[in-house]
Amino acid sequence: MSINATLLIQIIAFLLLIWFVNKVLWGPLSKLMEDRQKKINDGLSAAEKGKHELELAEKRAKDVLKDAKLQAQNVLSQAEKRGSEIVEDAKVKAVEEADRIKASAQAELEQEVSRAREELRKEISSLVVSGAEKILNKEVDAAVHNDMLDTLVKSI
Amino acid sequence: MGTVEYIQHHLTNNHIGEGFWTFNLDTIVVSFLLGALIVLVAARLGKQLESGTPGGFQNFVESILDFVSTNVRDAFPGHNPLIAPLALTIFVWVWLMNFMDLIPVDLLPYLFQLVTGDSHAYLKVVPTTDLNTTLAMAAVVFGLILYYNIKCKGLLGFIKMFLFHPFGKFFVPVNVVMTFIEEVSKPLSLALRLFGNMFAGELVFLLIALIGGTLAVGAAALFWAPLQAILDLAWLIFHLLVITLQAFIFMVLTIVYLGMAHEEH
Repeated sequence: MSINATLLIQIIAFLLLIWFVNKVLWGPLSKLMEDRQKKINDGLSAAEKGKHELELAEKRAKDVLKDAKLQAQNVLSQAEKRGSEIVEDAKVKAVEEADRIKASAQAELEQEVSRAREELRKEISSLVVSGAEKILNKEVDAAVHNDMLDTLVKSI
Repeated sequence: MGTVEYIQHHLTNNHIGEGFWTFNLDTIVVSFLLGALIVLVAARLGKQLESGTPGGFQNFVESILDFVSTNVRDAFPGHNPLIAPLALTIFVWVWLMNFMDLIPVDLLPYLFQLVTGDSHAYLKVVPTTDLNTTLAMAAVVFGLILYYNIKCKGLLGFIKMFLFHPFGKFFVPVNVVMTFIEEVSKPLSLALRLFGNMFAGELVFLLIALIGGTLAVGAAALFWAPLQAILDLAWLIFHLLVITLQAFIFMVLTIVYLGMAHEEH
């Protein structure tokens, strides 16, 4: 139980073991663990970055969607406006056309009426003339009695 | 075999040589074998290191490594690549050598006596119950303390530390004595604490073994043998704590002492 040369051997053993442990165990394993730590840190920061980017993209998507909605609304309201304009136009045009047709029909009618009246008048005048001829039994000089005839015709 | 004889036999190393040039063969062989075990296991592990998802044993070793490096980071200022492997070596080796204490006290000596055919062959299996082992480690630590003291403070600074520490320049002789005691007590306390704890633990195991061995004769064995088993188990569980604690203390104090050596005054 006393101190002896075993001490020297144990010192050498201890030094050797420190060297071996450093070379075989501590060196590679601590390097591996450090690398892994670094990898994990990198992964975490990458995930963080990805999350941030996702947030940005989501925000951008929302913006784009909002824009698109707005635009669609615009287009829709414009189309509606344009549609009502067209309908309005068509209405106006139809009314105009109807008026026009009505007017032309009226004109034609009037023309027809006046023509019929003219014909009637002529017929009546000739009837009157022939009747007067018969009454007077002689030929009436149309030229002489033209004035009288005219007044007659007009009074019919 | 009498009680005293039994204990003395267990506490004698298997040695060759005389005087200072005595070699405690059992201490040397067991500690070398345990050291070789560490190196072999480490080398085998080193070949199949897995970076991504480490398996069971690698996890275990990594947790020890993590434990040691956490202690180093907590107790050691600055950075020195030697400290962590040194601490790891101390922790693992001391723990393994202490663990030999938990093997039943008579088992290995008995097997050894069977193998050698010498019924009186000595075998003391716990290297840390040999003062030479603990003192050897403490001496290495002491050497490192001296080396880093001189390296970090300079030779002049180291001498100054002896002259003016702790009481200032008016108490130079007192300071020298105080600092000398302080420095020398570091390795001595390291070596003696581990040795004392393990030696006492071994002794208690021997005393417990004696209960069944010598006191139990005939029908009394029915009482003494279970008592021995229970006591042995209790002391074993307690001692499992002790051997881990002692390995831990040796490691932490080494880190702290070397940290103190690195500090500039």
